[in-house]
Amino acid sequence: MNNDRYTTIAIFLHWLMAILLIALFVVGIYMSDLTLSPAKLQIYAWHKWAGVTVFLLVLIRLAWRFTHRPPALPSKTSTIMRFAAYAGHSLLYLLMIAAPISGWLMSSAKGFQTVYFGILPIPDLLSKNKSLGDILQNVHQNLNFLFIGIVIVHVGAALKHRWLDKDNVLSRILFRHSS
Amino acid sequence: MKQNSLALILGSLAIPPMAQALEFNHIQTDNSTIAFVYKQMGVPIEGVLKKFDAQFNFDPAKLPTAKAVFAMHLTSIDAGTQEANDEIAQKVWFDTQDFPQAKFVSSTIQALGDNRYQVTGQLSIKGRTKDVSGNFSYSGQRNIAVFDGTFTLNRADFAIGEGAWANFGIVANEILIKFHLLADAGK
Repeated sequence: MNNDRYTTIAIFLHWLMAILLIALFVVGIYMSDLTLSPAKLQIYAWHKWAGVTVFLLVLIRLAWRFTHRPPALPSKTSTIMRFAAYAGHSLLYLLMIAAPISGWLMSSAKGFQTVYFGILPIPDLLSKNKSLGDILQNVHQNLNFLFIGIVIVHVGAALKHRWLDKDNVLSRILFRHSS
Repeated sequence: MKQNSLALILGSLAIPPMAQALEFNHIQTDNSTIAFVYKQMGVPIEGVLKKFDAQFNFDPAKLPTAKAVFAMHLTSIDAGTQEANDEIAQKVWFDTQDFPQAKFVSSTIQALGDNRYQVTGQLSIKGRTKDVSGNFSYSGQRNIAVFDGTFTLNRADFAIGEGAWANFGIVANEILIKFHLLADAGK
């Protein structure tokens, strides 16, 4: 079995989380300006449920990653670029964990427990505290702006591999065409 | 000397518990709370009614004459956030401009045994009056009585949250009211 591609599970998790995270980011920006309405409450709940889902998915993804070695970078990759790729990916994983946790803590501090799908209550680590809630709102927002920034760099790097380096680094995370 | 103090102790034990003889007729509103829990997208959120007035008569030995009348100032509701407090003053919620007060007038108070009671009465909110009932426990300590109870208010019965807010999937119909009342015989 050749090892120049990610596993199908890894590819699936990558794209599922990419879609969820980008949707969460866009919805998060949109909902923060809404005035109180039934739709706002619904969107906030959906955002939180999706956030919990992302958190669970990243745990599965990390477990998969630690048990399934990703394909090696092209042998011509310089040490600096290897380090940059390692640092970038580590930061992405860190933010995939930190973003939902900061959202959950922020919600608790603002006095709203997170109840997954309206059914499963997730315990509050923090009790209601307005000033802490405001601080955590800033933390959640800034972490996500950093996150989207790193994602843009990540996409840029993938396109550089495709168009400038003309190597297989992007294609190994794409679903294989049925042939 | 020793015998005197012993006599004093025995004498104080001989005094019957005061709670039996008292009619509690004054709610210590500053030490009492009326709180509530509502559910928003499945998430329980606590709120509190900060200001209410009460007329109150309760003697466990004379339940037929027991009476409770509460006037609740709806502008004093803290529903958890400023955003929510502004919202619930609106016409589709409590319409506090036209209906600043809610009122509860008891009709009967029955003993359920084991220091538990059931109160029934009429609750008026936003120009609508409904029969409601709730259970509470009573405990007397010296000359203070403590009443703890709950009842479930269905917001739709009083048109609390109309229009788009009428959807119980967003804000549940049932609102749990929790009261903790301290009363004395101060009047």
